[in-house]
Amino acid sequence: MKILVCITHVPDTTSKIHFTDNNTKFDKNGVQFIIGPYDDYALARAVELKDQLGASLTVLNVGEAETEPTLRKALAIGADDAIRVNAFPKDSLFVANQIAAIAKENGYDLIMMGRESIDFNGGMVHGMVGELLGMPSVSPVMKLEVDGDIVKMAREIEGGKEYLEAKLPLIAGCQEPIAEWKIPNMRGIMSARTKPLQVVEASVDGVNTEVIAYQLPPAKGSVKLVDKDNVPELVRLLKNEAKVL
Amino acid sequence: MSVLVYIEHAEGSVKKTSLEAVSYGKALSDKLSFGEVVAVALGSISADELGKVGSAGASKVIHVNDNKLNEGIIQAHADAVAQVYNQVGAGTLVLAKSSLGDAVAARLAVKLNAALVSNVVELPDNTSGYKVKRSIYTGKAFAETVVTADHKILAVKKNAVDLKTDGTAAQVEEVTLSIADANFATKITSTDKATGEVLLPEADIVVSGGRGMKGPENWGMIEDLAKELGAATGCSKPVSDIGWRPHHEHVGQTGVKVAPTLYVAVGISGAIQHLAGVNSSKYIVVINKDPEAPFFKAADYGIVGDAFEILPKLTEAVKAQK
Repeated sequence: MKILVCITHVPDTTSKIHFTDNNTKFDKNGVQFIIGPYDDYALARAVELKDQLGASLTVLNVGEAETEPTLRKALAIGADDAIRVNAFPKDSLFVANQIAAIAKENGYDLIMMGRESIDFNGGMVHGMVGELLGMPSVSPVMKLEVDGDIVKMAREIEGGKEYLEAKLPLIAGCQEPIAEWKIPNMRGIMSARTKPLQVVEASVDGVNTEVIAYQLPPAKGSVKLVDKDNVPELVRLLKNEAKVL
Repeated sequence: MSVLVYIEHAEGSVKKTSLEAVSYGKALSDKLSFGEVVAVALGSISADELGKVGSAGASKVIHVNDNKLNEGIIQAHADAVAQVYNQVGAGTLVLAKSSLGDAVAARLAVKLNAALVSNVVELPDNTSGYKVKRSIYTGKAFAETVVTADHKILAVKKNAVDLKTDGTAAQVEEVTLSIADANFATKITSTDKATGEVLLPEADIVVSGGRGMKGPENWGMIEDLAKELGAATGCSKPVSDIGWRPHHEHVGQTGVKVAPTLYVAVGISGAIQHLAGVNSSKYIVVINKDPEAPFFKAADYGIVGDAFEILPKLTEAVKAQK
């Protein structure tokens, strides 16, 4: 059994977002980059499956050289080897095409990734890869068990959960609580340095969207405080001033 | 060139966010002088419910009344929508962002060779090229995105346009499609869904509680206020992590992102990850005993005080104004 986990290299969730070059570039100054939190859940579950099933586990990122520490971290968490497609991830279709090309070459049984990246939040790549490879895709998956060639999953839907079954091969966009995040231990960190990290060039070009400018939301005005002994005043403000009741 | 809108429904009721997507489709068609707005509804759904789609701005509804499509099997829905898209000769597909919508749209982007833009917050601007504004970094910023493909799929965020309710009755066309069995390879074995509740991603008002509520036994107070406001209930990440509330109520960067007209946060300090899930709300009310809680900086209205004293008073005051 071969598992592929695709990870994003994204700003830490506590990052303050700024832009430079006349609002055309993301300002990386002072920003710490991490494995996308949803991808990290996918990776944690994949490491459990690898141990349970004796599977091989490859981790993949589409990104420039700066993402290698993020890939090394995934190796430290438990992936066997890493592939970096050496290209700026221009848009979701571009990324999906690179993943599909690698998957066609190597033939994975299970492809896992986060439900969405936390920078562009599209939540599209798993579905696109599924369609490109002619495989089922399921997202957002919050529980995933492999039983022979059957995958049993729980998927979050508005207001609850849906339980599904499908046969391998399959693509899953994952989210919590599929597994607990894993923190690399010293042995993992040491061994990650020597695990193979293969760099390949992008094999498919073509994008159909391009970001030309960024904007920050308008600053929020200051809060209007209501005294705790005058609670009905809040309702009056919501009704007459905000007009939301 | 017509605009096709993908409609989602829950047990036969059309989702409000899908009706908003229809209104978005109508406004888009008017602005860019496109043709007819056609909606596609899959599975068993009543004529009354389909009527609402007309009021929201569609002139025609294509109804594929196939029981196999009642459940949201991603591949089957994508296949059905692609067939309808090609049959009506559409140039744009509009849908509401949702867990099913995202998954279906991604497959459609490949099938239709279309550009997919997600989290769209405004109508496109076609003064030079075709530009769409979308929300990124979980609501912390926006990106002006140029779309170069001929076919376009827009996954629209809640409140991108106002819901239109004055449209005329849509003509309903019953259509039968042939969908290959391979598209039903994923089987839904059961669902576990809260019934009769206002769904969090759809709600106009959300009342959320955090660790300041001290324990799950105190959630009755949150629920009482929510009931009086017709609101959905949510919670912070620590609350769902410790199991006080189910995961689907977790609002925040790695949980549900909400965009209600009113968000009421009780006993939530306002960590940046929580704010990321609520920053598209029109108005935010914060109730917290700590005047230094960072959430007050993101709030429109606030009360500094003990939630256990304030909540019952607030519920009473809401009842009294009705």
